[in-house]
Amino acid sequence: MDITPEQLYQERMKRVEDAIQLRVPDRVPFFLFSGYLPCRYVGMPLQQAHYDSAKYFAACKKLTVDLAPDLYFNAGSPVKTAGAALDALGMKQIRWPGHGIPANSPFQFVEDEYLRADEVDAFLEDPSDFTVRSYLPRVYGALESFSMLPPLNWMMMGYITTGLAAAITIPAVAEALEALAAAGREAAAWAAGEAALDQELAALGFPVLAGSGTFAPMDFVGIIRSSKGMMLDMYRQPDKLLALIDKLLPTTIDTALALAEMSHNPRVFMAINRGADGLMSLQQFEKFYWPGFKQVVLAVVDAGLTPVIHFQGCFDTRLEYFTEFPRGKVIGLFDRTDIFRAKEIVGDTMCIAGNMPLTLLRAGTPEEIKDYARRLINIVGKDGGFIMSSNTVLDDADPERVRIWMDFTREYGVYR
Amino acid sequence: MNYLLVDAIADMREQEALAAVQELLVSGTDPMTVLALCRDAMTIVGERFESGEYFLPELVLAGEMLSQIADIVKPRIQSDATTEGLQSPKVLLGTVQGDLHDIGKNIVGFMLDVNGIDVHDLGVDVPVERFVEAIEKEKPDVVGLSGFLTVAFEAMKETVEAIEKAGLRNQVKIMIGGGMVDEHIRAYTGADAYGRDAMAAVSLVEKWSGKD
Repeated sequence: MDITPEQLYQERMKRVEDAIQLRVPDRVPFFLFSGYLPCRYVGMPLQQAHYDSAKYFAACKKLTVDLAPDLYFNAGSPVKTAGAALDALGMKQIRWPGHGIPANSPFQFVEDEYLRADEVDAFLEDPSDFTVRSYLPRVYGALESFSMLPPLNWMMMGYITTGLAAAITIPAVAEALEALAAAGREAAAWAAGEAALDQELAALGFPVLAGSGTFAPMDFVGIIRSSKGMMLDMYRQPDKLLALIDKLLPTTIDTALALAEMSHNPRVFMAINRGADGLMSLQQFEKFYWPGFKQVVLAVVDAGLTPVIHFQGCFDTRLEYFTEFPRGKVIGLFDRTDIFRAKEIVGDTMCIAGNMPLTLLRAGTPEEIKDYARRLINIVGKDGGFIMSSNTVLDDADPERVRIWMDFTREYGVYR
Repeated sequence: MNYLLVDAIADMREQEALAAVQELLVSGTDPMTVLALCRDAMTIVGERFESGEYFLPELVLAGEMLSQIADIVKPRIQSDATTEGLQSPKVLLGTVQGDLHDIGKNIVGFMLDVNGIDVHDLGVDVPVERFVEAIEKEKPDVVGLSGFLTVAFEAMKETVEAIEKAGLRNQVKIMIGGGMVDEHIRAYTGADAYGRDAMAAVSLVEKWSGKD
């Protein structure tokens, strides 16, 4: 009897859920952390992902259907979106393929002090006003004129004609609003395409990784203050840094919960990076990074959701902290952390995933790939609680090597 | 006062360090001596980084202190003052084309510098031609290619090929480094060696220049 896509979907979700809850599934589930891999797979330049979304979403579908992972990675993100939207806004905070970087380079962040050291007080006083009138004009060239708007709290009086309404008639502000609307239409079209892709793949039996995302507050600080500014704050104004973290914490939680509710997907993706080994001392981690990070994770779990935490870089010296997470509620997707040690320390706490080196999937021999996968399955996959995945997004992997790895996992990863 | 300056920098007390510099200059200390003290302090910072006591924030703050001190001191240095380190090996450093990551590269630059190696940093997203031009102009002993992303592998390979094509390959040693670089990638790019961390870069340069 043929198995229906509906049954396949349930089977895959059960496999993933078993691993999350630290049970032993029928076989090791596989998460395809694909990034721009769909482009490589069909032979289109990465730039086209941003400028020909129909073609890109078709490539995502083809890759997922052909390779049949248990979870596939979201096709877009707030920054991996319509190039036309980014163009309309004059986005400066990232560069995307063909825009400031070669057509075949993945998007990258441009670090800058979008919030300067001496402006932290102003931000703490009124984050929304600072965001609209200072932050957006710095991040988006097309929104520079927002700096000409009156303070947003002037509207509290209700008499908006003398303040906001008049300011909107300034030609530069009117143009900025048009740019914003144009970008919004492009972004909405992209989002609709992505939602259609997810529906189509769900109907074919494939669940998508996440429905929302958030940050650790300290990573949020790093984005707006820059990593360098954030590090200097640890010495120059530690109290303000802590106040900034406290101020951002509710935002990191509320957005995750709201987006999860909209998407009806319980998994919340978090990219964790600025707290990695080497980027700060353990004392600094404990003082600045860990408390806010932990609170976000606990709040997401309390809401009945599952954080999928990509620990970017190496977190070897931080592993003991993560035993404080609730048992069987979190996926830890590891990059260069010693995953075998992670199994020992946090294997009873969280589902462990990741670590298959992209370098092997790019340049390794089939035997090296299988050997590594075998070790992961034997050691980290022992007694369940493990999802096979790569250490990072597979932007530049060789699709044939990825296929070898997946086929091997399906075959060798059966629990008996 | 001398020790005060060295300790203040090495212990990350920024305000005290800047005040100590002012006091030293007011009391007539040779500006070159002040810079030498800074170098001593940076050596301590480098050692503490190496031993795992210090991390990136301390290197960043130390770099900030040094550049503020240089701004104060340099206008007072006579232009005919001899520069030190004529014998030191020279390294040309840069993040390859298409990659904007600079943290790893900056750590390597810092550690090379505090170990007495002359560093020319070309920045990030450095086109292949700029490496070639800079090799012709600066005549470095070693070229260090940095890259965090996997696209950097291709750019590293292209850069090595371009250096070869320009007939400069036998004049320089090439080392690569960055998040995911390993022996596979070293072989793929045609570089001479790869380093896992900043100290590996220092060791490679010292080995190649016969210093160790």
